[in-house]
Amino acid sequence: MLFTVLTGLITSSLLVPFGKLMKTKWSVLLPFIPVILFLFYLWHVPVVANGTNVIQHLAWVPSLGVNFDFRLDGLSLLFALLITGIGTAIFFYGRSYLKGHIYFDRFFAYLLLFMSAMLGVVLSNNILTLFVFWELTSISSFFLIGFNNDSKESRNSALTALSITGLGGFFLLAGLVLAGNIAGTFIISELFAQHDKLVNHSLYPLIIGLVFIGAFTKSAQFPFHFWLPGAMKAPTPVSAYLHSATMVKAGIYLLARFTPILGNTELWNTTLLIVGGFTMVFAAIHALFRTDLKSILAYSTISALGILTFLLGLGTTEAFIAASVFILVHALYKATLFMVTGIIDHETHTRDLTKLGGLRKVLMPVFIAAVLAALSSAGLPSTFGFIGKDLIYEATLHYHHNWAIWLTALAVITNIGLVAAGFMAGIKPFTGKLPQAFEQVHLPYKSMWIPPLILAVLGLVFGIFPGITGDYFNHQTAIAIAGENLEMELKMWHGFNTVFILSLATLATGTIVYFLNKPSEAKLRAIEQFNHISPQYIITKIGAGIKQMSAWYTNVFHNGYLRSYHIKIILFAELLLGYKLWLGGPVRIDYANLTPLSWYEFGIAAILLGAMYLIVTTRSRLTAVVSTSVIGYCICLMFVFYSAPDLAMTQFTIDTLTTVLFVLVLYKLPPFINFTSRGVPIRDAIVALGFGIIISLIALRVLYEPNSTAISDFYGENAYLLAKGKNVVNVILVDFRGMDTMFETVVLSIAALGVYSLIKLRLKSSEKE
Amino acid sequence: MELLLVLILGLLYAAGVYLILRRSMVKLLLGIMLLGNGANILIFVLGKITKGSPPVINEAYKVFQEIYADPIPQALILTAIVISFGLTSFAIVLLKRVYALVDSDDLDDLNTPEEEDI
Amino acid sequence: MKSAILQTATRYLLPILLLFSFFLLLRGHYYPGGGFVGGLVASIAFVLHSFANGTENTMKILRYKPLSLIPIGLGISAVSVTFPLLFGLPPMTGLWFEEPIPVIGMIGSALFFDLGVYLVVIGVVLTILFTIALND
Repeated sequence: MLFTVLTGLITSSLLVPFGKLMKTKWSVLLPFIPVILFLFYLWHVPVVANGTNVIQHLAWVPSLGVNFDFRLDGLSLLFALLITGIGTAIFFYGRSYLKGHIYFDRFFAYLLLFMSAMLGVVLSNNILTLFVFWELTSISSFFLIGFNNDSKESRNSALTALSITGLGGFFLLAGLVLAGNIAGTFIISELFAQHDKLVNHSLYPLIIGLVFIGAFTKSAQFPFHFWLPGAMKAPTPVSAYLHSATMVKAGIYLLARFTPILGNTELWNTTLLIVGGFTMVFAAIHALFRTDLKSILAYSTISALGILTFLLGLGTTEAFIAASVFILVHALYKATLFMVTGIIDHETHTRDLTKLGGLRKVLMPVFIAAVLAALSSAGLPSTFGFIGKDLIYEATLHYHHNWAIWLTALAVITNIGLVAAGFMAGIKPFTGKLPQAFEQVHLPYKSMWIPPLILAVLGLVFGIFPGITGDYFNHQTAIAIAGENLEMELKMWHGFNTVFILSLATLATGTIVYFLNKPSEAKLRAIEQFNHISPQYIITKIGAGIKQMSAWYTNVFHNGYLRSYHIKIILFAELLLGYKLWLGGPVRIDYANLTPLSWYEFGIAAILLGAMYLIVTTRSRLTAVVSTSVIGYCICLMFVFYSAPDLAMTQFTIDTLTTVLFVLVLYKLPPFINFTSRGVPIRDAIVALGFGIIISLIALRVLYEPNSTAISDFYGENAYLLAKGKNVVNVILVDFRGMDTMFETVVLSIAALGVYSLIKLRLKSSEKE
Repeated sequence: MELLLVLILGLLYAAGVYLILRRSMVKLLLGIMLLGNGANILIFVLGKITKGSPPVINEAYKVFQEIYADPIPQALILTAIVISFGLTSFAIVLLKRVYALVDSDDLDDLNTPEEEDI
Repeated sequence: MKSAILQTATRYLLPILLLFSFFLLLRGHYYPGGGFVGGLVASIAFVLHSFANGTENTMKILRYKPLSLIPIGLGISAVSVTFPLLFGLPPMTGLWFEEPIPVIGMIGSALFFDLGVYLVVIGVVLTILFTIALND
């Protein structure tokens, strides 16, 4: 299975050197990649249908528990087949759709990358690798949505999609890691056994909250739904692929995958029911007001995703069966409708529903595909959609709470909306009078209209013989979602019961709505009045606010002036230390313990203070340097007075050498210039004195405390006994703490090398300003 | 006399801070050096200073017979002094190079003009 | 800054100061002194010489680039650190000759370590000062 994931990644990178070649007729090779992968997974169908899980393990970062663990069960297989199968259709379709585009190669590189990432998501048996691939899908879809990178809208949509799904990914990671840590394993197949432990853990609500945010952002659930209509700026093959069958379903996949691990609790089910239920109704109604074909499809997709979330929230066996079937139903008809829309757009250069009509006269095969898909979406008996809808109604009607009737009502309303939306997208452009402008429209390449036709026909075939798909795919899928064995048999005819009546009623009402509802610009504008309370508007505002704040922050804190950084750091330190000092109460001095003061110390201190005053006030560079060395010598004398001969010698020699260094370098520089205005030095002086006072107070406070001399005593007592030395300072340096000294000499050597190379380095004249 | 040393180190810190708030690169460097000196004295004072009894064992004995100055702060400061020389020399040379390139001692001249449209 | 007095003085000062620095190094284990101070005094001796006679002449006396002293010094320190490993002892264990040697006193691995420090310090200081002085 690893190879199927890698194939896409490798070919995608191969398109960098061979991209040019692929723009020629060799591009015919591209669709064969998904074909091969599709066949590979098709070949696995009988194995998985028997209930076997194919597992593959490859160590990657074993120390972190990140490994390439792949597992193929019913759920993964269904998704893998969708990804590669619809991928095949899209590759054929996209090759013609983008023929001659300057970034043709780039497009397929992104698409392949995306396909691999998607396969990785659904096959990963390790939640961390799952996350890695999850992020990869976000990134590759960012490139795909922003493919028309010269359009500002396209770029903005791509950014919105990336930030929403990326943010979700961040939460998802947190949730996954939490769950993994609690369960003690990151392997999905091992997590199944940890269900009880996870569900009863006190952090359980947090975990599922985080996972939900990840799934909802990806699957465009309310209130994160708005990136999906925006993402329709992508070329239509991308919308067909990403936003019907694959990427947006990744969130659904995640929820389904984690249902046996985290699900089956009140909290899990209720949240999914509410979010899914609201999303499906909200989006189904919204779809009816759109005039842009792709926009209609986008909203009906959101609604379908809502249905899936809703079904997972029901949490009954019937609901899982319904979900497993509806995933396939929706993928088939929605991909078809998207591709049809793409053809219409490609040939007529408009997607405006108010302008389109009568295209059946010129695009007959496309019309057939569209009608089949629209009927499947509407759930006409004998289509696959009918079975899907039946199962949904069955699941809601048999829900064990009293809400069954209300849930069913929600499902019916949603489906009425979807019926109408499906007709609008699939039938409306083809019926009525053909506008004169479109009379010259002709059929596109075969590779563009055959794939949607095949998908649409499949919808019909599965509808008539539901046993094929039921036994081979959906049964195992439902088992994987439920996490336990269940019985399932798909039949076309369930008998004349409530469900059937509901189905027919839905179809009829939907059709009426379709005929009554005339989407127009005016209605769209009326709907858009509510935009200022929409999540999109709010999030955009928040985004703008964050931008403003960071601009302000950057201006204040990162203004590029070193001294401004300094003063902020110092002020902060003063506040912190001052607060701590204040907490500690008054500073006391133990006069009895002080060493006596002699006149020469006083003299030295006086010289020191004078030199310091000179440094601060002088405008001559030389005076400043000389004063610094005077300070150094004074400190050296202090060391002499207070029994530190080693320090005195070192300070003396170092001070001499530093002065020599200064003189060597600085005598060429100009005198100081007074840059600052009058007020600034006073402010700085106050800050500086404040800092000095605080440090002094800290010193006094420490002095008052008795200090522990255990370590010093150890060194003092053992200097000779253990290290045969009598100068304790030297013994510490070369023996007790010899390693530190060793590294100190290394640091010094590095400094010397730095100086050496700085001086020897000769910039080329071009690098000078 | 501890109080005197405390006063000196406080003033060294103050002078150091004041200098690093200047625009001149040389003053910045001098400020860093003063801060270093201040820190050395701080460590020194905190180790309880003693007069006239260096941490060297008398020739005739194998262990200390009387009170002696704390050797640990001394070892620390010795290291610090030597390292600060490495730092200072590197900084001085850096300063020299910058001066050769920019022909100014003003730190603000090192700022590249901001791109307004970022 | 070339004066005859200084030139004459440094001719004698250089060996004396070097001797003194070596003395500081050797007695460092017993009295104030040691590798750091010794190395610094030795560097000052060379710096003084270069002031009087010009850096080029000092470089001639040194024969080798001061930069080469750094790896030598680091090497000696490293060997003295790891030497005890040969005897199956942990690194940095002090090893000493049984009998003290006249004038120098006890000789042990710590002294070699200090010698390494001494050489590194001379190398570092002279590298820094001389490269600056020579490339102005």
